[in-house]
Amino acid sequence: MIGIYSYGFYIPKLRITTKEIARVWGKDETDVINSLGILEKTVAGVDEDALTMAYEASSMALDDFSEDRKEIKTVFFGSETPPYAVNPAATILAEFLHIDKNYLAYDAEFACRGASTAMITTFGLLQSGMTRYGLVAASDKGVAKPHDPLEYTAASGAVGLLLGKKDLLLELVDFTSFSSDTPDFWRREGIRYPSHGGRFSGKPSYFYHIQQSVKMLLEKTQLTPHHFSFAVFHMPNNKFPQVVARSMGFSKDQIEKSLTAAYLGNSYNASGLMGLAAILEKAQENQLILFSTYGSGAGSDSFIFRVTKNINKRRKMFSKAVIDKKYVGYAGYLKNLETI
Amino acid sequence: MNFITNYYTTKFGELWEKSLFDLVEEAIRGVLVESRLDIREIKAIFFANMLAGVLENNLHSPAKIAEILGVNIPIYRVEAACASGGVAFNMAKHYLDSNPNSTVLVVGGEKMTDYSPEETTQALAGAASGEEQEAGLTFPGLYAMMANYYLNKYHYTEENLAYVSVKNHFHGSLNDKAHFRNKITIDNVLKSAYVAWPLKVLDSSPISDGSSALLLSNEKRIVNKSKKSVPVLSSQLINDSISLKSRKSIDQILATEIAANKAFSEAGIKRNDINVAEVHDCFSIGEILAMEDIGFWKKGLGGAMIKEGLTIYGRNSGLCVNTSGGLKAAGHPIGATGVKQIGEIYLQLTGQADNRQVRNPKYGLAHNVGGSGGTAVVTILGKQS
Repeated sequence: MIGIYSYGFYIPKLRITTKEIARVWGKDETDVINSLGILEKTVAGVDEDALTMAYEASSMALDDFSEDRKEIKTVFFGSETPPYAVNPAATILAEFLHIDKNYLAYDAEFACRGASTAMITTFGLLQSGMTRYGLVAASDKGVAKPHDPLEYTAASGAVGLLLGKKDLLLELVDFTSFSSDTPDFWRREGIRYPSHGGRFSGKPSYFYHIQQSVKMLLEKTQLTPHHFSFAVFHMPNNKFPQVVARSMGFSKDQIEKSLTAAYLGNSYNASGLMGLAAILEKAQENQLILFSTYGSGAGSDSFIFRVTKNINKRRKMFSKAVIDKKYVGYAGYLKNLETI
Repeated sequence: MNFITNYYTTKFGELWEKSLFDLVEEAIRGVLVESRLDIREIKAIFFANMLAGVLENNLHSPAKIAEILGVNIPIYRVEAACASGGVAFNMAKHYLDSNPNSTVLVVGGEKMTDYSPEETTQALAGAASGEEQEAGLTFPGLYAMMANYYLNKYHYTEENLAYVSVKNHFHGSLNDKAHFRNKITIDNVLKSAYVAWPLKVLDSSPISDGSSALLLSNEKRIVNKSKKSVPVLSSQLINDSISLKSRKSIDQILATEIAANKAFSEAGIKRNDINVAEVHDCFSIGEILAMEDIGFWKKGLGGAMIKEGLTIYGRNSGLCVNTSGGLKAAGHPIGATGVKQIGEIYLQLTGQADNRQVRNPKYGLAHNVGGSGGTAVVTILGKQS
């Protein structure tokens, strides 16, 4: 059996509200909130980046790990905002986590899905016996061009996962991957802000890929939506996951608790995983969780996990962390993102 | 006499899987299949398109169409902003007037949804004057000025405008080729976000992809083969100043009034002979001004008349307007619109309008405008012969 042994998360303290951003640009906040479903989002501090946040989240995950850290032989860093275009964040992370040098490391990029692809690779390496434990960090400090609609959603956060083969928190039941050449969102080398295809990032991109990967997974496992206690989807905003869930027959109850984008925004690689961290606070033994990611460009990985009895000892307090927050205005937001 | 013998339109909408010439080819081949004609029987093609050069650096389209179809015939590209389709039809009609025993194809197409709203808004602003563009005016802005002036002058409110959009969305729900099939309410319109005050999102036609094609013929054999031909009783094109500020009045499109007068005179019929009309509702105010400028309604009464709902499908009042859904709900792929409008009237007059078929229409009118009124084309068709 393979799966997730433990998890951790990091939510930056600062927040900016949709109301504040709308005020600056002369928009009606009600229109924006109705459209995106996001009330506020996280803002990483000026001295934080994807690496520092990944460290915090991974440290939390390793709090539950009592074996020698040299047993962690794979360290993968999933991000679309790594500190370097060339120079791995994975090795810096491993160094700070005191993971010995006998490990395979790389940084994974596939827009918001780099981390979930790294999860699949790790599952394969666990299965092959190459390692008994693998660390995957999902972390982004999302930036958007001022005045672009992305400004309401692009946020920061990190989730760290320790994947393993025994004494698991979440057992992996099965997974699928679906990819195609679909250019809905991109950032060229040397360009600071991403570009996107507007409405094209909806139906032929997010919806199509998630629907296909989930459909394939349900067919493969002969399961139907009603088998699941929770369904967690990547959250580019707070509306898309609700629409995609409904389109596949999942109910409001099944996805409600995972909709962290409403108050945290979209932390890209950490987005869906934040939703997973939120529901794990409530999950019970033997429940099934569907977890589906999306990365622009494009592709979707879908996983089915079964919650084990270890949830009772490895559950982390998510909602308490969420309310530890402080608001900044638009100037403070730009300052922290080093735009001004 | 010239006749429309066949019509085909692609779906209008966000057609991301289709390029401009995928759509144009679909429309051309579609109308040829409908007509059971071979491309070799077509003497000329008139292609309406506004933005291919600006948005995708795609010019010399006649040669592109020649390559797609494998033909060596004259192909004319026509650009007159949003009136491109109507003007292409007008040119085709004049071609036939001087070329007996001929059949020509009129096709309009546009590809707009691959570009950001900013890119398309800027490209569309090319239909405004240099001064208007430099002042930062966009088409929502220009029509907003016309709407604001009209509403103030005749003491109407934004609610009067909303009736246009509600009607046209109802019609769109009946048209399986329409971009928007959803019905909306007055409340939906009034609560939608402002684009350029007083015009809101739901007062404004969308950005759409699509292509529509017609066959026009004065060849007896072809007209008879069709079994569903309608005579073109008139097509009149009139231009006016490009600048809104240079017009006689900003609550009137004078080019429409002149073109309509000439069209009715040439066709030899009266306003109340028209049973179905497609008018240019690029913005809700556009339909109200059109109804007044064409002469269906007295000047200044449009805002009140639209609330009566007499031009909605099902009222059987004698005149039904924009059964296709108009530009608002059917969509507005610029070059295709003028052709689609004439095509919709053709469908109505030949009993092919399915679940939006008006009972026994005898005459129909299509009205296509370029820019804020710098071009207007009015076309009148008669009953199926």
